[in-house]
Amino acid sequence: MNTADQYLKAIYLVQKMENGPASTGALAERLDVSPASVNEMIGKLQDRGLADHEKYKGVSLTDEGIEQAREALQTYCIIERFLHNVLEVEEFPSEAKALESVIDETVAERLDTIIEREPQCPDCFDAEADMCAELVSEGEAD
Amino acid sequence: MVGVSVGHRVSTDHQLARLLQIGIVLEEVVEVRAARHYDTLSPDERDAEIEALLEEAREESADHRERLESLIEELDAEAVPLDEIEALVESTYAQTGPESFDGVLYDQLHGEETAYKFYDDLIEAVEASDAAFALDRERLLTTLTEIRDEEAEGVEEVTAIMEARE
Repeated sequence: MNTADQYLKAIYLVQKMENGPASTGALAERLDVSPASVNEMIGKLQDRGLADHEKYKGVSLTDEGIEQAREALQTYCIIERFLHNVLEVEEFPSEAKALESVIDETVAERLDTIIEREPQCPDCFDAEADMCAELVSEGEAD
Repeated sequence: MVGVSVGHRVSTDHQLARLLQIGIVLEEVVEVRAARHYDTLSPDERDAEIEALLEEAREESADHRERLESLIEELDAEAVPLDEIEALVESTYAQTGPESFDGVLYDQLHGEETAYKFYDDLIEAVEASDAAFALDRERLLTTLTEIRDEEAEGVEEVTAIMEARE
């Protein structure tokens, strides 16, 4: 998953939690990067028609941005579920984060053929817990 | 400053081992599907060319899997339940499989393309990292590059057969 997709996914989830635009600060915290990096990427996403930025309010995804963010979220969900269900990794949330940049969507799709994913994915993703809702109980038990 | 979650790089033995494990699973999938396809071809669909292709794909995947396993052994990371993965992949594919002849070739092509993309991204991530791994970096990159190039050859072979049959 490329860096832009990781940002789109983060904006989508922060917007979902805040029920409105995502602030630069919240995104910087979620992605563990500086606010300057966030602003730079938001500018790029805006240029590509994927996001709109309103001063003092924050960033919102366009319809195209939402579509791409949902695909990225699905890829992320596959990685989490694969690590948990197939490789039996206990610390799957932190490992999924460490690996997501190296796992391409086409690779995730292939991994998806051996995991059972809910048809409502990615709507059931738990933004607060930052993991697939199906795995929330296991993740908290760590 | 760039956080660990953003950017392409592999920084620890653990992370590298995990990625190599994913490579093993992808190989396992190709291997099992190739075997499965071979079994499900009806007598009039079978021919020497397809049988040779699937047999070769199966052998190549098994070889790749062994080479990845030997890399993991050199890393400072915990063991993987490989037998369980094998059983899981096999049981998943026991009931499924492409129905048409074109499906067999297309599926094989898709499997090799996916593996190629995976190794290519992994090589890039290792090259972008200055981490010292418990195994020899040159050996790691040489092995991954060889495997990637074999996947590329596989893609070419399947494509050639598909084109010849059009």
